[in-house]
Amino acid sequence: MNSHNNNIVVIEDLSFYREGRAIFDRINLEIKTGKITAIMGPSGTGKTTLLKLIGGQLKPDTGHIYINGKDIHRISRRELYRLRRDMGMLFQNGALFTNLDTYENVAFPLREHTKLPEAMIRDIVLMKLHAVGLRGARHLHTSELSGGMARRVALARAIALDPALIMYDEPFTGQDPISMGVLVKLIRQLNDALGMTSIVVSHDVQETNSIADYVYILADGQIVGQGSPQQLNDDESPHVQQFIYGLPDGVVPFHYPAQNYLDDLLGINHGEINKPGTNQQEVE
Amino acid sequence: MFTYLQQLGQSGLTYCQKVGRSGVFLIDTLFRWPKLRQMLPLLVQEIYAVGVLSLVIIVVSGLFIGMVVALQGHNILNKFGAEQELGQMVALSVVRELGPVVTALLFAGRAGSSLTAEIGLMKATEQLDSMAMIGVDPLWRIVYPRFWAGFISMPLLALIFSAVAILGGYIVGVQWLGVDSGAFWTNMQSAVDFRIDVLNGLIKSVVFGFVVTWIALYQGYDTVPTAEGISRATTRTVVYSSLAILGLDFVLTAVMVGGW
Repeated sequence: MNSHNNNIVVIEDLSFYREGRAIFDRINLEIKTGKITAIMGPSGTGKTTLLKLIGGQLKPDTGHIYINGKDIHRISRRELYRLRRDMGMLFQNGALFTNLDTYENVAFPLREHTKLPEAMIRDIVLMKLHAVGLRGARHLHTSELSGGMARRVALARAIALDPALIMYDEPFTGQDPISMGVLVKLIRQLNDALGMTSIVVSHDVQETNSIADYVYILADGQIVGQGSPQQLNDDESPHVQQFIYGLPDGVVPFHYPAQNYLDDLLGINHGEINKPGTNQQEVE
Repeated sequence: MFTYLQQLGQSGLTYCQKVGRSGVFLIDTLFRWPKLRQMLPLLVQEIYAVGVLSLVIIVVSGLFIGMVVALQGHNILNKFGAEQELGQMVALSVVRELGPVVTALLFAGRAGSSLTAEIGLMKATEQLDSMAMIGVDPLWRIVYPRFWAGFISMPLLALIFSAVAILGGYIVGVQWLGVDSGAFWTNMQSAVDFRIDVLNGLIKSVVFGFVVTWIALYQGYDTVPTAEGISRATTRTVVYSSLAILGLDFVLTAVMVGGW
């Protein structure tokens, strides 16, 4: 249990299956306190699922997830909800409450979990909105916010209770270069200024590498690479190389599994499906 | 044959699983300490959305149904020279049957479908997940007040429906077809019993309110979080609610008829 001392999250032997397919197959992972850890991997490798497992929204088939030494799937529902007050999560599309305006969205966690006077709630909301640069947008309704602004408001809401751990689900997806730059800067600044621990799930290699202290690369239900961004750039593993440099073909094949190309064109059905990675022979 | 049996068994199991899940959902929602100070403003807000906003359709439908019953009733009673009994006929049919049943059907279409779509959309846009991650249980914050709002609103709407329908019957019967006003009201008063007719009708509407709100909320909460999933869930709410209302109406009437 010594590994729990410096790590806010410890994942041991985690397996998770969906419709018989292994999303994770006995993986082990540690998130160091106070650092930004990135979890990267191609689409569909279960990065968001991993965040949901860490947040206790999904239950693993085997293995344990410890947050601050507590196995979050062995605690009561009440304890889990109490633990979540110390965790923030930024969802891919912001997931702002559409019946509330910007100000009320950020005030929501404060109103639900504290008995602070209205004046203090106002001060905290304005401080959080100021931190993400949207103090002036506090009266806007969620439908009036652009995608990037919605994500920043969601970020302000996620840090409203000053959580120890914050998880970002694909924060850069679909953002213009300016919004992306703002988010990259905010994630690093907030992590350092508020002394939080951040987990960033993303497949935007450059942006994520620019802020991450440690990176895990997931593929086929396994961790195929890990280390600092520099170490991963030098990693010669084919999985890591293909992902980091965005190669169109390799361990993750260009072609979806299919029967022989020629047979398919000629309408001959052998019922055979080539396995991934055998596409070279298939094209020849 | 074997495959067919297997499929039948499979769908039976899936159905039982869904019924079980909806039961667990109901227990999880209802069995909790009520925090009245926090709940009251949410409840008022939801009663407005579920009840007050359904008033227009309930009042208009009630008026027309009362008018139609009076028209049809007058036509038949007239043949027997018993048009003086029109008030009794309108009141009994509305208070015992049409009031609770039609209100529940309209409630399922207006408020039930809107509850399903609202919660389904909150699920699809990850609002429920984000609320849970903030440490606020969506069953408590979203589902609980909506459930009580539906449960409270439905009997009140049924009462309003019945009152307006009787007024509609009066307009057609007395004002238009010339039935004596005194006979209309006196016969109604002497024929309608508070416990047997009004209270039993109210019990029906309470049961329908419970069932329709439960179905609507569960369908929304359990929806597949896509546009198609929400549309299917909304349809299911209206279909299941309507069938449940009509089926339960028969059962409740059969039980109540013993006391008549």
